[in-house]
Amino acid sequence: MSTRQFLFSGFGGQGILFAGKFMAYKGMLDGKHVSWLPSYGPEMRGGTASCSVIISDTPVGSPIVSTPDVLVAMNLPSLDKYEGSVATDGMIFFDSSLIERDVKREDVRAIPLAATSLANEIGTPTLANMVLLGKILASLGEFDEEKIAAVLKKVISAKRADMLEANLNAMRAGAQSTGLI
Amino acid sequence: MTVFKKPHALTDVPMHYCPGCTHGIVHRLVAEVIDELGIEGTTIGIAPVGCSVMAYNYFNCDMIEAAHGRAPAVATGVKRADPSNIVFTYQGDGDLASIGMAETVHAAARNENITVIFINNAIYGMTGGQMAPTSLPGQVTQTSPYGRDVNHCGYPIRVCELLSELEGPEYLARVTVNSVKNVNNAKKAIKKAFQNQVEGKGFSLVEVVSSCPTNWGMTPKQALEWIDEKMLPYYPLGVYKDRSGSQEAQK
Amino acid sequence: MADKVLMKGNEAIAEAAILAGCRHYFGYPITPQTEIAAYMAKRMPKIGGTFLQAESEIAAINMVYGVAAAGYRVMTSSSSPGVALKSEGLSYIAGADLPSLVVNVQRGGPGLGGIQPSQSDYFMATRAGGHGDFRMIVLAPASVQEMAELTVKGFSLADQYRMTAMILADGTMGQMMEPVALDSLPVSPMPEKPWATTGTKMQRPHNIVNSLYLSPDELEKTNFARFERYKQIEENEAMYEEYLMEDAEYCIAAFGIAARVSKNAIDEARRRGIRVGMIRPITLWPFPVAPFKKAAGQVKHVISVELSMGQMIEDVRLATECRVPVTLCNRVGGMIPSPEQVLEAILKIADQGGKQ
Repeated sequence: MSTRQFLFSGFGGQGILFAGKFMAYKGMLDGKHVSWLPSYGPEMRGGTASCSVIISDTPVGSPIVSTPDVLVAMNLPSLDKYEGSVATDGMIFFDSSLIERDVKREDVRAIPLAATSLANEIGTPTLANMVLLGKILASLGEFDEEKIAAVLKKVISAKRADMLEANLNAMRAGAQSTGLI
Repeated sequence: MTVFKKPHALTDVPMHYCPGCTHGIVHRLVAEVIDELGIEGTTIGIAPVGCSVMAYNYFNCDMIEAAHGRAPAVATGVKRADPSNIVFTYQGDGDLASIGMAETVHAAARNENITVIFINNAIYGMTGGQMAPTSLPGQVTQTSPYGRDVNHCGYPIRVCELLSELEGPEYLARVTVNSVKNVNNAKKAIKKAFQNQVEGKGFSLVEVVSSCPTNWGMTPKQALEWIDEKMLPYYPLGVYKDRSGSQEAQK
Repeated sequence: MADKVLMKGNEAIAEAAILAGCRHYFGYPITPQTEIAAYMAKRMPKIGGTFLQAESEIAAINMVYGVAAAGYRVMTSSSSPGVALKSEGLSYIAGADLPSLVVNVQRGGPGLGGIQPSQSDYFMATRAGGHGDFRMIVLAPASVQEMAELTVKGFSLADQYRMTAMILADGTMGQMMEPVALDSLPVSPMPEKPWATTGTKMQRPHNIVNSLYLSPDELEKTNFARFERYKQIEENEAMYEEYLMEDAEYCIAAFGIAARVSKNAIDEARRRGIRVGMIRPITLWPFPVAPFKKAAGQVKHVISVELSMGQMIEDVRLATECRVPVTLCNRVGGMIPSPEQVLEAILKIADQGGKQ
C-alpha cells in the first residue's frame, strides 16, 4: 500500500468522526503519514457527518478524500451520496441494519454488516461504529488486538478509560462476524 | 506652610482644556487620590477618544491611549495581565455611553476590578458640540439644531441607573463638581472607587456631571448654574450601587 | 523521531501559543476556529493564564491591546467576519507598535458568507488589515505541524518587530488532524520590553502607549520609522517552500490548503512527463519575491491556485514583473479546487506550450 483513502460517513452522533480518528491514529502508530479531515458546521448536529482519512507512505498532499478506496456508510443518505465516488476495486462497508438496499456498483467490493443490531446484541448499542471498524480492520488484514488496544488508549480520553474494554469488545464482535445479515 | 500644590500624579504639561471646563478639576481629583493612596507607581490609566484624549500627557503614571469606546476592554487586558496594578479609565459620554456601551456594560457585568471615571457633559466636545447619548431632551447641539427631539432620536441614557440593574458592579455613584461642596463629595466618591480596586472589590464607576461652556454656548459661571438647573433634575446625584457598603450598613 | 500526537490544526495553534509563553487569550465564538477558544478555556485556568470570552471581537482585540501594552505575550483568534471587526484594534496596535498574535481561520465571504474554507481574506491580511499605513506579518501554514511552528514563530517575530503577526489559515487547516511534534518547537524567550506600561514603580518617567500624533510632521516621522522596520522584515523574513522547481517549465503558486491540493496535481502531471513545480509562500507578507523573480526567468507560465477570486495572483504578477503569463485556477465560497481541476489547468497550459 502506498496510499489508502478512507471516507467515513453517517448520521451525526453515530461516532463517524471517532471511527475516522481511530483509523488515523492507527496509521500514525504504524509509522505512516496520516490526515483526518471532518465535515463541520450545523449539518453535523443530527444531520450527516463525514470525515476523510488518508494513510500513506509518503507525505499527504490534499487531505480531502474525493475518491475513497474505502467508503464506510452508516446510513442510507451517505451510501446514496458517496457510492458513486468510490475508486474502482474499492471497498464499501455499510451498516445493513440501517440501510435496506444493496450496493449498486459492481466494480467495488461491498461488505454489509448489521453493525447496529450487533452492537445492540452485545449490549453496547452506541458502539455500532466500532463494530464496523472491527470488520474493516479484519477485512484489511489489520486486526491486531494489541495494536488496537494501544490505539484505543490514545483516542479514548482518560476520563472515559472504562470504555476501552467495551470498544475493544465491539471491534472484536465486528471482526468475528460473518458479515451477513 | 504649603497652602496649595500640584499633586505629584499630575505632570507639568499645560492642559489643553477650555476655560471653565471641569476636566481640569476631575483630573486633579484623580491625581490627589492617586497621591493619597500612594499608588502612582502601580497605576495605569487609560485615556479615551474625546476631549480627554490627551489625558495620557497629564498623568504621571503609565498611560495608554485607547480606541474610541474601548477603554474598558483595554483596561480589562491590562488588569488581567497584572492584577496587582491599579487600572483606571477616564471616559466621556460619547465614548462610554454610545460607541463603547457594550464594553462598559460587559466590564461592569464581569465586575472587572477597575475604576471608571465617567465625564457626563451632555455633549461631544472634541468634535465641536454634537448631540451625545446624554444630551437632554430639547437640548440644542450641532446635530440637534432644533433641540433633541426624543420622538426622533430617543431619550438620554442614565448610565448609573442602567448599570445598577446589573449584579456585577461594586460601586456606582453620580457626583458633580459645580461647587466646593460638590467637588469635595466628588473626591470622596473617586477615592472610594480607587480604594475599592485596591481592596479587590471590583468595578467602580463615578459619573461626574460636568460642564462644557464652549459647546453649551455659555460663560463658565452660567454653565455651572445650568448643571443645577437642567442636568441634575435629569441626572440626580447619589450612590446607585454600593454592594459591600450597603452590606456593611446592614450589619 | 519526536513523539507525535494527532491534533486538530486549531488545537495545535492553541497549544503552541501556550508553549510560546502566551498566557492571555481573548476571543469570541465563530466557526471554524472555536476549538482554539475551547482549548484555551480548558487550559489557561490550569496554568495561571487568562481565558476570557469577550463581548465582541472588537472588545477582544482591545483586550489584546491592553495585555500587549502591559508587556505580555497575548493572542486572539477568529474567522473572516470576526477579523474584519478587529480591524480597528489591529490598526491601533500597529500605531502603538505593540506585539500581538492574531489568528484568522478563514471562511467564505463576503458578508456572513459561509463556514467552509476560503482564502479570500488575503487582501484583508496583506493589504487592508485596518485604516492607515501599516503591515502585519502574515504567516500561511499548510500543515498542522506548521500551524504550531508558525504560531511560535509568530510570537517571536511580533516581539522582535513590535507588530502584529497574523496566522492566515482556513477552515481545512483548522479542522484537520495530523501528527504534530510539539517538543521541538523553536520557542524564543520574550525580550525585555522597557516601553511597556507596567507601572512606573516610581523608578522611571511614565510610559505612554499611544497612536495619536496631532502634529502631521511627527506622525509622518513615526510612519517613516515604522516602514524602515518593515523594509528589514521584507529583506530578512520572507519564507517559502519550493517543490520540484529545479527543472520546472511551469510553476504553481499556492499557499495553505491550495498548496496541498496542488501537490497532488503536480505529482500526477510529473507522472505524465510535464515538468511542473510549485512555489509555496509561507509568509504572505513579506511576500517571497525572490523565488518568483527567479522563476520568471525559468518557467513559461505561472498558475496561481487560490480559494479566492484571485488575490495572491496580484503579488505573483508583481513579483514576476509580468515577464511570464500568470493565470488563476480557483474555487470560492467554501469550495476547494480538486487536484483534478488543478491538473486540468496544468495540462491545458502545457498543451499550449505555456502561452496564454
